[in-house]
Amino acid sequence: MSRLSARRFRAMARKEVIQLRRDPRSLILAFLLPIALTVLFGYAISFDVDDIRFAVLDRDASADSRALLDAFRSSGYFTLEDRVPDRRSGERLLEAGRVRLLLVVPPDFSRGLHTGVPPALQVLLDGSDANTATIAQAYAEGIVRGWALRALGDPRLGVPLEVRSRIWYNEELSSRNMIVPGLVAVVMMIIAAMLTSLTIAREWERGTMEQLAATPVHRLEVVLGKMAPYFAIGLVDVALVSVVGVALFGVPFRGSVVLLALLSAAFIVGALGLGMFISAVARSQLLATQLALILTFLPAFLLSGFMFAIDVMPAPLRAFSYLIPARYFLVVTRGIFLKGVGADVLAVQGLLMLAFAALGLAAATRAFRKQIES
Amino acid sequence: MTGGADHAVSEAAVVARGLSRAFGDFLAVDDVSFSVHRGEIFGFLGPNGAGKTTTIRMLTGLIEPTAGEGRVAGLDIRRERRAIKRTIGYMSQLFSLYGDLTVAENIRFFSRLYGVPRARRGERADWVVEMAGLTAQLDRRTETLPLGFKQRLALGCAVLHEPPILFLDEPTSGVDPGARRRFWDLIYALSEQGTTVFVTTHYMEEAEYCHRLALMNRGRLVALDTPSRLRAQLAQPVLEVVVDDPPRACEALHDTPGVVEAALFGRTLHVMVDDARAGTEAVRARLAAAGHTVHRLREVEPSLEDVFVARVRATGGAVVG
Repeated sequence: MSRLSARRFRAMARKEVIQLRRDPRSLILAFLLPIALTVLFGYAISFDVDDIRFAVLDRDASADSRALLDAFRSSGYFTLEDRVPDRRSGERLLEAGRVRLLLVVPPDFSRGLHTGVPPALQVLLDGSDANTATIAQAYAEGIVRGWALRALGDPRLGVPLEVRSRIWYNEELSSRNMIVPGLVAVVMMIIAAMLTSLTIAREWERGTMEQLAATPVHRLEVVLGKMAPYFAIGLVDVALVSVVGVALFGVPFRGSVVLLALLSAAFIVGALGLGMFISAVARSQLLATQLALILTFLPAFLLSGFMFAIDVMPAPLRAFSYLIPARYFLVVTRGIFLKGVGADVLAVQGLLMLAFAALGLAAATRAFRKQIES
Repeated sequence: MTGGADHAVSEAAVVARGLSRAFGDFLAVDDVSFSVHRGEIFGFLGPNGAGKTTTIRMLTGLIEPTAGEGRVAGLDIRRERRAIKRTIGYMSQLFSLYGDLTVAENIRFFSRLYGVPRARRGERADWVVEMAGLTAQLDRRTETLPLGFKQRLALGCAVLHEPPILFLDEPTSGVDPGARRRFWDLIYALSEQGTTVFVTTHYMEEAEYCHRLALMNRGRLVALDTPSRLRAQLAQPVLEVVVDDPPRACEALHDTPGVVEAALFGRTLHVMVDDARAGTEAVRARLAAAGHTVHRLREVEPSLEDVFVARVRATGGAVVG
C-alpha cells in the first residue's frame, strides 16, 4: 500500500464541498430536515396521554356523584365532553370517537357509599387505541380510589396502602424528553443514508468514478475526503437538534457537551461509512437511497428503542435490535441528556461507538477497493 | 507526422502478451499480444463489443486480466497498478469530468489528484485552457459546455501531469467531424512532443490518422500494421458501385461468381472481387438482371473498412456490432 496523501484528501473534500453547496436538495436534507424532525416530534408526536375526552351518564345525580365528576375534571387528564341522558347516546359518542371513555354512575351510588354496599361504577373505554385505553383506565381507577379515600376516609373503597412513586430522570414522564435525545441518532442515520448514498452513487452514474479510479487517488483518500464534509454536517446537526430540543422544548441537558460531541463523532463516522458502503455496492442513486433507508434509517427509527421500547418487543426483534448501532447510541444520548452520566457509565457504549466507526470505515474502504481497484 | 513504427521495439511503451479477460463464460479479450512504440499513435479499431475497452481497462490498471501479462512504461499491469496510474493519462469512454464543477475547478481538482507541483499548476492550467479553447469559459459549469469542448477539457485534464503515455477510449464518440478533427489536432500536437497515444475508435476515418492500427473483433486481434500497409496487403481489388437501392443491390450480388464480398459503404456499395476486369463485368451483368440501374462502377482504393471485413472473413468469423 502506498502512502496516503493529505493533498489528495483535501482535493477530494474540497470538491465534495463545492458540489454540496450547489445541490439544494442535499442542503435541505442536511440542515432543514433535522430541525423539521425535531420540531415535528417535539410538537406533534407525543405518547403522553392527557386531555382524554369523556362523557358521563349520571343516574344518581347526588352530591357524591357530582363530587366524583369534579375529581375527574380537576385531575388534568380528563375533559368532560358531554352529559348523556341514557346509555344508548353515551355508546353512540364512543362509537363516533367523540369520547374515549364513558363513566356510568348507578342510581344507588350515593346510598351504597353510605350504607356500606360498594356501588358498582362502570367505565366504558374505546379500545381501538389500546394504549390510550389502558392508560385512561389506570387514570380513572386512580381517580376513583383517591376520591373515595378523601371523601369518605374509608378504606373499604380505596386502597389500604398508598404507593407514592417518584419518577427519576424524566420527572414529567414527558415523551418529548425521551424523543429529542434519540433524534440525534435518527438524524445521523438519515444523513448517512440519504446524503452519502446520493454522493457516491452519483459518481457511478455519471462515470466520474471511472475517471477517479484511473488517477493515483487511494481508496481511503476517496472515503475520507468524501466523508469529511458530511462529518462536519453531522456534528452541526447534533448541535442543532440539541439546541432546538433544549431551547424550544425544555428538554434537560445534564451531562457533558464534550462527551456527547466525542461519542457523536464516532457514531457519525460509523453511520457515514455504512451509508458509503451501501451506495458503493448499489451504484445507482435510486437503489442506494432505498437500500440505505431500509438498512440504516428504518431500523434506527423503529428498532433502536427510539419509537418503541425494546423490552416489550417480541423476542426475535429484540435479538435483532442488538445489531443496530443506534440502539447503543440511544443509551448514550439519553444518558447524557437526561441522567447526566459521564464517561465511566458510558464506557461500554463508547467502545461500541468506536467499534462501529471502525467497522463503517472498513466496510466503505473495502467496497471501494473492490470496485476502484477491482 | 512522425513514423512511430521506426522506433526501437526494445523501448516499447506498452506491451501485451497473451492478454485475456473473461466475464463469467464470456471471453471479452482473447489472447491478445502487441507492443506500442514510444511516441507512436497506436489505434485500436473494431466494432462495439470487440473488446477494445476491456483491453484498455486492463492496461490502465482498472481491471485485472484473467490470463496473460502486460507492461505499461515498464510497469507490470498486475502488480504495479498504482505506479501505472501515476504515469499515464486516461480518458474514459463516457464524459467523466464533474458537470457541476466549473472548468477551472475541474482542472484544479485533477491537477491536485495527479500531484502536479504547486509551482507548475498555474502554468499547466493555462496550457490546458488554451489548448481546449476554453479561456472564455473558465467559470462555466462543465455540464453546460458543448460535447466537443467537454472532450477537449477531459483530454486536457488527463495530461495535466504530462504523462508519457496517454490512453483514450473512444474519445470523440458523438461529436461532429469538425470537432473530431480539432481533437485529433491536439492528439498530433501531444504526439509531436513525444507522448505515446493509445486510442480506441470505431470510426474508420479516424483510424487513418493512427501510425499503426490493431484491428479487433470478438476479443481477438485480427490484424496489426500501418494503415497503408494494411490496405496494401489486401490482395483483391475493390469496386465502388452507385445504385438507387444499395441494400437490395447488395443482396442481389451475393454468390455472384467472382465476387468475394459485397457490403454497404455509406450510400454506395463496396464489392470485393477476385479480378477487377472480370468482376466488373459480372457485377454489371448480375445487377442488370436484377433490374438495377448502375450509375457508377469503378475500382477504388480499399478503405480500412474493406480491410477489416476481409480480415475478419479470413480469420473465419463474423463482425460483431
